[in-house]
Amino acid sequence: MSEMDEIIKEFLVEGNDHLDRLDNDFVAIEQNPTDRPLLSSIFRSIHTIKGGAGLLGFTKLEKLTHAGESLLALLRDGKLILTSEMTTTLLAMVDAVRKMFMALADTGNDGSENYPDLIERLAALQQKPSSNTSPEKAGNANNVNVAESSESVPHSSQVFETTQNLASVSPDPIIVKVEGGATPPQPSGEVHKESNAHGVTDTAIRVDVSLLDKLMNLAGELVLARNHVLQFASKLDDGGFQASIQRINQITSELREGVMKTRMQPIGNIWGKFPRIVRDLAKACGKQVALEMDGEKTELDKTLIEAIRDPLTHLIRNAVDHGIETPEVRRGKGKPSEGRLTLRAYHEGGQVNIEIIDDGGGIDPNKIFNKAVEKGLLSADQKGKMDEREMLNLIFLAGFSTAEKVTNVSGRGVGMDVVKTNIEKIGGTIDIVSKMNKGSTFRLKIPLTLAIIPALTVSCGKSCYAIPQLNVVELLRLNGDSLHNAIEMFQDVPVYRLRGKLLPIVNLNTILDNPAKSEKPMGLNIVVMRADEKPFGMIVDEIIDTQEIVVKPLSQQLKDVPIYAGATMMGDGKIALILDVLNIAQVTKIVGKMRDRAVIDKEENNINVSQQHQSLLLIRGRDDGRIVIPLSIVARLEEFPVTAVEWSGSQAAIQYRGEIIPLIHLSEILPERRREVRHLDQNAATTFVQDRIQAIVYSKNGRTVGIIVEKVLDIVDESHTLQKAGARQGVIGTMVIQDRLAEVLDVEEIVSMAIPDFFLSDRKMAKEQGPTEVMLGH
Amino acid sequence: MGEQFCTFSIHGLYFGIEVGQVQEVMQHRTTEPVPLSPHVVEGLINLRGQIVTAIDLRRRLGFPEREKSVSPMHVVVRTNDGSVSLLVDEIGDVIEVDDAIFEPPPESLQGMARELILGAYKLNEKLLLVLNMEKTVDLSAAA
Repeated sequence: MSEMDEIIKEFLVEGNDHLDRLDNDFVAIEQNPTDRPLLSSIFRSIHTIKGGAGLLGFTKLEKLTHAGESLLALLRDGKLILTSEMTTTLLAMVDAVRKMFMALADTGNDGSENYPDLIERLAALQQKPSSNTSPEKAGNANNVNVAESSESVPHSSQVFETTQNLASVSPDPIIVKVEGGATPPQPSGEVHKESNAHGVTDTAIRVDVSLLDKLMNLAGELVLARNHVLQFASKLDDGGFQASIQRINQITSELREGVMKTRMQPIGNIWGKFPRIVRDLAKACGKQVALEMDGEKTELDKTLIEAIRDPLTHLIRNAVDHGIETPEVRRGKGKPSEGRLTLRAYHEGGQVNIEIIDDGGGIDPNKIFNKAVEKGLLSADQKGKMDEREMLNLIFLAGFSTAEKVTNVSGRGVGMDVVKTNIEKIGGTIDIVSKMNKGSTFRLKIPLTLAIIPALTVSCGKSCYAIPQLNVVELLRLNGDSLHNAIEMFQDVPVYRLRGKLLPIVNLNTILDNPAKSEKPMGLNIVVMRADEKPFGMIVDEIIDTQEIVVKPLSQQLKDVPIYAGATMMGDGKIALILDVLNIAQVTKIVGKMRDRAVIDKEENNINVSQQHQSLLLIRGRDDGRIVIPLSIVARLEEFPVTAVEWSGSQAAIQYRGEIIPLIHLSEILPERRREVRHLDQNAATTFVQDRIQAIVYSKNGRTVGIIVEKVLDIVDESHTLQKAGARQGVIGTMVIQDRLAEVLDVEEIVSMAIPDFFLSDRKMAKEQGPTEVMLGH
Repeated sequence: MGEQFCTFSIHGLYFGIEVGQVQEVMQHRTTEPVPLSPHVVEGLINLRGQIVTAIDLRRRLGFPEREKSVSPMHVVVRTNDGSVSLLVDEIGDVIEVDDAIFEPPPESLQGMARELILGAYKLNEKLLLVLNMEKTVDLSAAA
């Protein structure tokens, strides 16, 4: 009996292959009804299935496919011209066959449905003369059919009206057999023969997916075992042994790569369904949509392909249902009646990029925002803080649907957030870009492989953690002097200044809720990681190594802890948790904070400081005035406790990086500019009243001074016009910044005013100094 | 007619899981803690190359913490989702019981324990509480 099962199984596998091909073939033939070779190919597919069905005794299946085959024979021979109705009916037959296949897989027989209506329709279509009258009448029936094509037995009484008498049409089993006899002999091998004729299957071999999974697991275990051996290897000094280890190392990597390749499948495999889906959907919505697919050969691991199948389908349906407008609306906008939907896939940067581009109506960020507010997902006053991109991304929030009419096709408010969750579950990201009336683009980024990845291992407390190499940008080690004031506070986000960029910093120990350490660290290890394109730094206790790790999923009990993406076993058998970088960014609100603080963006955009756009440090001055300093001349922004200030005679000073630097108090140096003081601000009395002092560290010619300021307010970067009119001692001019008049500080003059010999006496000791200063207006 | 149960004790109470659901029992081994995980999860263990989640049954059943000096034992069960290890106080024998003596959960058992028990077998000296294994390892319902 099990041999029979095998035969049935193989029949189903090949049958399903045929069906998948047929889906696309039918869509193609609809565009090109007289393509004879294609019609022949379609005929052969149906014929093959019918033959197999007859051989195995699945009479319902045989009857159904026979009806289709007869119609196709007429079409192939040019006796009938393919109409839209015929295509739809034949596709309905394909769906019914698919259902029967499913029943076969489940129960071993072809189900209980006879599909008499479908068979009659197929037969009726054979009677139609190839005139033009039928397509029109079929036009009405068309819409009815399409809407029901997803059901098994459509009731199309309209069609019955237009056909002649049906009595002559009932298929006769005997006839089937005779016909079966008339065609070339059908030995059990025919199913195989046909399939060979169909494609380049000779160089390919069918393998059970579970066998591949097993191989994958073994390859993974081998990687782990190799890592383990490598640990010992480093301790032994035998040359011959080392060479062998190297060999094993190499072979393991290659084997691993090879096994991974077996699991790689072209994304075209899931795209295959889309032409049909788009066709059916477009018809149902009364729209015209041309589907273009680019990059079907792009390969992904099989498990990933399965995972993105549903999300992609949803996005495609969305684009047709909500994105692309009806032909009338499009013409009104001056667009061609036919909408264009493009699917694009390509490899980039270790990831697979998939884009779904439509030239439809676009998505209105304001509409999205308002809908979100309506649903109580956020408050109206957030509007000013969000940019277009963020507003568009709101559609991924749970419980969201702005479709005017929630069709049963898509958009029931559960779609988009599920799409995003599913994509993120496999470690991918999804983004949306849209322009009103031009169209929208959804961009997915999926990591190439899941199971074995290179990772950076770090330790925190007594445990080890792994960070996927994909997310690691660089490693920093701060110690000694640079450690002391390395982390600055910028608008209550700890940051580290890295080559001109402000890098937000988080501490893994804090994230893990580990007990705080009592001793101050000798050094800081920072892993610069990237999530969602914005890098941030994470402090860890120690950096261990970079190695390939096998990703093991976490069990159900732990799946919901957001910061972990899985677990792995280290070479020594110790378990390490794999960190989910995107989640860490979200959990620590880095992503949010970084979006809120557009200043950080602006700061980063100033890596190439041009003369036109200067980054300016905006400072609150005496009595709530405003002062700006070009950021480029500022060596550092520091904050220290007032207790650190030391006095040398009447000169305040502080220990800074191994030297003692003078402190000057800006508010005292800069003479009061306004006759009447605007208001007396208690806080501005003197900063020495507060616990902490903010100072700008300025260096030139090897000398350093700290300029104490009331409060650093902001970093601004727009091109401002300098008005020289407001110049006075210590001030180059004025600018209007954030709607307030601000004085542009002449730092050198201020310093000279406070410490007259700052610039003079050290000309002899002039050392190599850093970047040249750029002064405004000089 | 009877079922065979793998038995163990926690907090002085006697529990059993159907033998078919139990993969193995073993001595305590180090668990790797998982910060921020649910309180009932003790951590992860390395079981011959497999990473297995360990759930502390005392916490799961709402009992007080084990004494520090007592080393728990592991009962590794087969769930729909893979293997899970349950931490118990002591392992008992595999015993066979008669269906006839099966009863609904006793009144004296309250709280979480009651929810996770399918019923009890009234043995000569004590009650064998039958643990609902799938429900026990399913933490999604637990807040």
